Amino acid sequence: MLEVHDIKKSFDGFAAVAGVSFAAKRRQIAAVIGPNGAGKSTLFNIITGHLRPDAGRVWLAGRDITGAAPHRICRMGMSRSFQHTSIFPRLTVFENVQAAYLAHRGRGANFWSRSDTFYRDETDALIASLGLDGKADVAGGVLSHGNQKQVELGIALASNPDILLLDEPTAGMSSAETRQTIELLERLAGERSLTLLFTEHDMEVVFSIAQKIAVLHQGRMIAEGRPEDVRRDPEVRRVYLGERR
Amino acid sequence: MMMLPDPSVLFAQFLGGLTAAMFLFLIASGLSLIFGVLRVLNFAHGSFYMIGAYLTWQGVQWLAPAPERFWLAVLSAAIAVALLGGLIERLLLRHLYIREELYQLLFTYALVLILADGAKVLWGTQQLSVARPPSLTGSLQVLGATLPIYNLFVILLGPAIALLFWFVLKRTAVGRVVRAAALDREMLSALGANVGWIYTGMFVVGSFLAGLGGALVTPVKSIVPGMDVEIIVEAFIVVVIGGLGSFWGTFLGAVIFGQVLAFGILVVPRFSIFAVSALMAVILIARPWGLLGRPVR
Amino acid sequence: MTVLRRTPWLLIVFVAALCVPWLGSRFYTFLATQITILALFAVSLNLLLGYTGLVSFGHAAYFGIGAYTCAILMKSYGVPFLGAFAAAGVMAASFGLVFGFFCVRLTRIYFAMLTLAFAQIVWAICLKWNDVTGGEQGLPNVPYPELDWLSSLPGFGGLRAGELFYLVALTLAAVCFAVLRRIVQSPFGRMLTVIRDNPERAEFIGVNVRLYELAAFAVAGLFAGLSGALFAIFNRGVFPDFAYWTRSAEALIMTILGGMGHFWGPVVGSLVLVVLNQQITSYTQYWPFVLGTILIVLLFAFPGGILGALHAGRARLPGWRRWPAELKPRDRNHA
Repeated sequence: MLEVHDIKKSFDGFAAVAGVSFAAKRRQIAAVIGPNGAGKSTLFNIITGHLRPDAGRVWLAGRDITGAAPHRICRMGMSRSFQHTSIFPRLTVFENVQAAYLAHRGRGANFWSRSDTFYRDETDALIASLGLDGKADVAGGVLSHGNQKQVELGIALASNPDILLLDEPTAGMSSAETRQTIELLERLAGERSLTLLFTEHDMEVVFSIAQKIAVLHQGRMIAEGRPEDVRRDPEVRRVYLGERR
Repeated sequence: MMMLPDPSVLFAQFLGGLTAAMFLFLIASGLSLIFGVLRVLNFAHGSFYMIGAYLTWQGVQWLAPAPERFWLAVLSAAIAVALLGGLIERLLLRHLYIREELYQLLFTYALVLILADGAKVLWGTQQLSVARPPSLTGSLQVLGATLPIYNLFVILLGPAIALLFWFVLKRTAVGRVVRAAALDREMLSALGANVGWIYTGMFVVGSFLAGLGGALVTPVKSIVPGMDVEIIVEAFIVVVIGGLGSFWGTFLGAVIFGQVLAFGILVVPRFSIFAVSALMAVILIARPWGLLGRPVR
Repeated sequence: MTVLRRTPWLLIVFVAALCVPWLGSRFYTFLATQITILALFAVSLNLLLGYTGLVSFGHAAYFGIGAYTCAILMKSYGVPFLGAFAAAGVMAASFGLVFGFFCVRLTRIYFAMLTLAFAQIVWAICLKWNDVTGGEQGLPNVPYPELDWLSSLPGFGGLRAGELFYLVALTLAAVCFAVLRRIVQSPFGRMLTVIRDNPERAEFIGVNVRLYELAAFAVAGLFAGLSGALFAIFNRGVFPDFAYWTRSAEALIMTILGGMGHFWGPVVGSLVLVVLNQQITSYTQYWPFVLGTILIVLLFAFPGGILGALHAGRARLPGWRRWPAELKPRDRNHA
């Protein structure tokens, strides 16, 4: 589904990503973990077209998307969420999600019809499945952080992606909210046959649902494989336990 | 076929361009400083320049018999403008920092309107001028061109001030803090520095520079309403050429633009306004961060 | 409160505006024409400012281009008014596309400065290209459109040319407002507000941000050009200052004054500003001072403008129109 090969990216001489290769299969739930500064967000930004890599290639379902514009990549079936929750603050929840439908289904060129008539059912359904029904008319910016993350998920899902990239989806959440989010993600991934790729700091989350884990450290991948194998990998233990000291 | 003018004429234009450049540098460096740290493009900077000029004239009037009244007037004017800037920043501008940039820009524009009319009320609309200080009258003959000694003073003052600022910014603790504030204000405030006073300080220094520029230009140019708008447009172009926020870029931009103005008028007099805006457009299209700014897209 | 909402304000205002020539003196018609035309100009700017989040300091360029196009076509080539009017819009939109292409590649302050630079270039050309634009003297004596057909209608006979033109201008402006309103309520309009709120996020839902911004530029330019054409006739002449940056600033102020978060905000702003200007300049020459003070009061006390303040006083309705103007929208700079 998604393949990255030998990605390199430096900023002003600092190598944020130094030759990372990685693959995620269809319907797989994969995670990229690593200490702060390991290069996870940079890698994500390269995959989604936000940054151009200095070297290396990215393939999505067999198509080379290296350096393509983000909106093109989104059209090809990739969606993402951001670490700092990124929604449309002045639009209502309904308008937020509906906008994603409008963009995805190519209605943006319509200058004439009233936008609020489009995709009402789909939007309502998606909002309900996220558990936000009561809040459809609330402006995004005034919602709680947790709700905003849900809205963001809704926006990402409305584009009907094949693969969903999530940058720290449970950041800043209580353990109850974290569990809810994880259940929601697993359910949605199953319902929509999604491939999930996420980065996380919360190890419990990672080990509970990831089927494949890649570990980054200082821009390099130091381990890749099933959770049990990664857990036992000596290099990983050194990096994580060493860090805590 | 264009007739090549006399080399001494060319040299005279060159010197004229340098003089203009130093005045531009004074204004533009203040503008650049304020933008670099506060991220505010201060439209009222030209107004501060104008007020500096008017206050200098006023000072010279009040101190009439004293022989070196010019210098006293210049200094007082620049300090007065600096204080004005400080008051404006402390009392008004700071409340707009959390708002969209448009509000800050419009605020500075409102200041332009108010200060321009304020000047009209206090000093009327006719042209005013200030005589050169007795210590700097007379002129030199350099390579066939006549260079007033006052202009020479200005040409030397510019780099002197530039070096002074460079030294302070690079080599002192205060300078380090200012540079840090320009790069990452949130981090700085997290480290305990009082970002509020840094902003006020920067605004005061920038205003001082503008006021000083206006004060020093009085023997060279007459003081008229509209000089505020004229100079701010030129200052914008200078900082764009040099790079918003880059100190030496501003210096370089001022020198270049000074020469463009001086020789542009020789070559294509009819189109100088057009040329100036076109130059700004070309730079913004091709290389928006100017000659020495940090590449941002 | 719902009674207030149900009242067809728009209809009432439009009918009232139509009646001005019969109810008021020539002076009122003069003011009303000015208000209408500048309102259209300001609403076109708000398409960029309030709806797409683009701060343009050079909108007067399109106003000037539209005005000169209309004037030149009517004076020198005898083109009938409607043709010149349409051509003005097309010409302005074309320039919008060209300038916009370069501008949308920049962000924030650089964007604003480039819009200003382009507008100053347009102004300089108008000022210096004596053969075509008349240079400093401009193009005076722009003819009125052929309006005998209108004065021959019952009840319209007693109206003078200026009043007849007001009615034409009002109608044309009303049509423009209707079209613009339709556009902002369409999916295209929704994409614009999406870009305004969070351009980064917009990219990631599949929106080609630059393309939409360019389109917004062209549409805004088109309507600005149309308003310029109307102003050329109203003013009986076109002059370089039509494109000067102070006219852009005037439109910005009108938009903020009325409320940039509302479609009709700039219209209210135009009304208030023109009336205030007229009143105050009859007492004092220090209109800039007054304007500056009003602007400062506005920025500090009423950031949402007049309509924003009114709206905040109403029943608390969630929704983007109520969004407090204090908080910064997302930083437009990409990494």
